[in-house]
Amino acid sequence: MTIRSRTSKQSATALLMAIPALAGLLLFILLPFAAALALAFTDLRLGSPLPVKFVGFGQFVQLFNDPDFMRALLNNLLFAAVVVPLQTVLALALALLLNQGLPGTVAFRTLFFMPVVFPMSLVSVIWSLIYAPGPDGMMNAFLEWASFGLWEARDFLRDPLLALPGIMLLSIWQGVEFQMVILLAGLQAIPQSLYEAAALDGAGRWQQLLHITLPQLRNPLIFVMLITTILAFRLFDQVQIMTRGGPDNATTTVIYEMVQSAFARQQVALASAMTVVFFLLVLAVTWLQRRYTHHEREMT
Amino acid sequence: MRATRLSVLLSYLLLGGMAALFIVPLLMMFVGSLKPDQSILVEGGSLAAFLPSEVSLQNYADVFRRSDFLRYFFNSLFITGCIVSSGLLVNSMAAYAFARLQWRGRDLLFNLVLALMILPFEAIAIPLFYGASMLGLRDSFSIQIVPFIANAFAIYLFYSFFIGMPKELEEAARLDGASTLRIFFSIIMPNAKPVFASVAILTFLTWWGSYLWPMMVTIGPSVRPLPVAIASFFTLPPLNWGDILAFGVMMVLPVLLLFIIFQRWFVRGVASSAIKG
Repeated sequence: MTIRSRTSKQSATALLMAIPALAGLLLFILLPFAAALALAFTDLRLGSPLPVKFVGFGQFVQLFNDPDFMRALLNNLLFAAVVVPLQTVLALALALLLNQGLPGTVAFRTLFFMPVVFPMSLVSVIWSLIYAPGPDGMMNAFLEWASFGLWEARDFLRDPLLALPGIMLLSIWQGVEFQMVILLAGLQAIPQSLYEAAALDGAGRWQQLLHITLPQLRNPLIFVMLITTILAFRLFDQVQIMTRGGPDNATTTVIYEMVQSAFARQQVALASAMTVVFFLLVLAVTWLQRRYTHHEREMT
Repeated sequence: MRATRLSVLLSYLLLGGMAALFIVPLLMMFVGSLKPDQSILVEGGSLAAFLPSEVSLQNYADVFRRSDFLRYFFNSLFITGCIVSSGLLVNSMAAYAFARLQWRGRDLLFNLVLALMILPFEAIAIPLFYGASMLGLRDSFSIQIVPFIANAFAIYLFYSFFIGMPKELEEAARLDGASTLRIFFSIIMPNAKPVFASVAILTFLTWWGSYLWPMMVTIGPSVRPLPVAIASFFTLPPLNWGDILAFGVMMVLPVLLLFIIFQRWFVRGVASSAIKG
């Protein structure tokens, strides 16, 4: 066999192997995404008999003048601003605790990791019971006990001030262990010799944490913050199941509004414009991550 | 030495406290599912929430009576099983073509695949929903399976693994006259079990719990998967917390058992998702 015919035969096999996946990506990701970009500039409604018109930035203008959508954006940003730092610090603390190699670590890791296998819809249902109104609700009873009776029972999910923090709490509960596992893997990749050298120089545990662990953990930390921020923008299941965006839009989100427009109001073009806004948010966060991640040590 | 002993004690205290936070909601679900409904809300505020006062399986019987649980369970298993198994095959083959074979357009297409990784499902949900509605494909299994088989991130995970495999085995087989496909199925696949396990677990966790898409496309109970089923069971009057918790236990128990048995693989699968950075 000549080299030339071997290469062309390999090309044919390669195409054969790659085509199912490439066709899937083209049909179900690239094409719909391009459609979202295009539809965002039209006035398409599902089932409308009128011909579709090009309306330029009209849908976007409508979006940014819509108080509900602006509230949704604000809620997503609030959610990210609270959940990302809290969850990352908590995950780091857990990973550090588990990384000491104490006896029983595996059992604790198993426990901490369990919520990951719980679908968010189930978690939302369980936490709706935890947030049950009245003094017999578990969260109410706990807060009353912890505040020596000062706490008065509230209806968390129907309270405009408490509904969003309530959703934040269960989201952290379900999401922190995913981060913990990634940070733990990062911790275990730090060369032990760095710590030995630092100990010889008389560095204490805090100094080692500040000058070795955190700098060495930079990329995994940025990565988990990226993932959590994107999850914050994707927030939907909890809101749909627990509060339906209420009370008074206190828990509405970009994706919730997007689904409402497309689903309940058939406004495909407006929902597509929301998709574009959502995508730009994700793109911005990803760009930040790429920018601040160090790439020197990536050559593995 | 006293300082270290103190820090060990402190570590265990913190670990124990955190463990309690993670275990409380789960314990409440398991214990509550065994209790008569009236006592769940009443005992929610006391330690009795974690003690089964009177154990009965009535709630479980009620779930089967009030909902088509087995059908939902089968639907979830079928949908997730199809996505995972076809996804493993389709994505690993593509990754192998990208990692090892020479063909025109390869680098360009691979960069495109990498770029697609950034798109979350939410960024395509609306046009996909619109397309499904136009084609009359709502409320079907295929609309919940086919769009999610090809996956850019899975291709990337396979690619990273294949590119790090030694070439010697393949070259020896090629000299013996084995075809590319044969090499892939009988040499690459058996030697790449860890990455197949990781991708399988990540894909499974993603679609087993997925809610948004099946909520949008399913109409009746016939092809409804568990996450949508529990959300609608939750709003099915009369509100009965015992039944809801029993539904939850049955929904999560099989996966929880799998997790406990294959824990090492789960942890590795999740940790592998970080190589994206």
